[in-house]
Amino acid sequence: MSTLTKLVVNCETGEEQIVNLTPEEIADRDALAAAYEAEQAAIAAAAQAKAELKASAKAKLIAGQPLTAEEADVLVI
Amino acid sequence: MANTYKLISSVTVDSGGVSDITFSSIPSTYTDLIIKASIRGTGTGSPNMLLDINGVSTGRTSQWLQGNGSGNVSCYAFTTGDIATANTTSQTASTFVNLEIYLPNYSSTNSKCFHVDNVQENNTSLAYMELMSGFWSGTSVISSLKLSISGQNIAQYSTAYLYGISNA
Repeated sequence: MSTLTKLVVNCETGEEQIVNLTPEEIADRDALAAAYEAEQAAIAAAAQAKAELKASAKAKLIAGQPLTAEEADVLVI
Repeated sequence: MANTYKLISSVTVDSGGVSDITFSSIPSTYTDLIIKASIRGTGTGSPNMLLDINGVSTGRTSQWLQGNGSGNVSCYAFTTGDIATANTTSQTASTFVNLEIYLPNYSSTNSKCFHVDNVQENNTSLAYMELMSGFWSGTSVISSLKLSISGQNIAQYSTAYLYGISNA
């Protein structure tokens, strides 16, 4: 596995340094990636739930059946 | 009204890529800061770019408006420093996401607000473009800014330019 490095630019001196990540920085990077994945999963789950509610509401409207409050909410703009 | 616009520092990523680009020891002599960057990741997919201020990865929120060239505009909220969708190897070769990060009043001792606008370059029917409003609860003067991509490295030829703006 290749070493993870960061590029640091000192704005006072203009010096550029390639620095190896510390174990703490690697752990932080992994944690952020995991948090991002969790947020993406939550976004996808919410979109899927909304799509299912809309489909259910549409089917009930066509069949002349009463909607739940949640199903009505996704139809009201 | 800003009447100066000075390049503080710039960087181009070399072969092999890096996990992040950090501007350190940013002088506090300007009124606002701007980063203009073209970034590409070494992995796949459409991961988010992250901005860390002063090495702190807490106290951040961001609100996004995102369009993709078709369909409705989407709205997102993040608490992990997400500022933009990155280009990766899943987009057209040698293309980058182009973004501008504006940080007003960065040397104040209040919480910081900033905004980002960005567009992906992708020679297919889907390319994300975003407007993002960000907040950081830290009250210290901004002295370092770190750009990274969630879970992957920044690729060679990615560039970042840091400018200082003064109001006098």
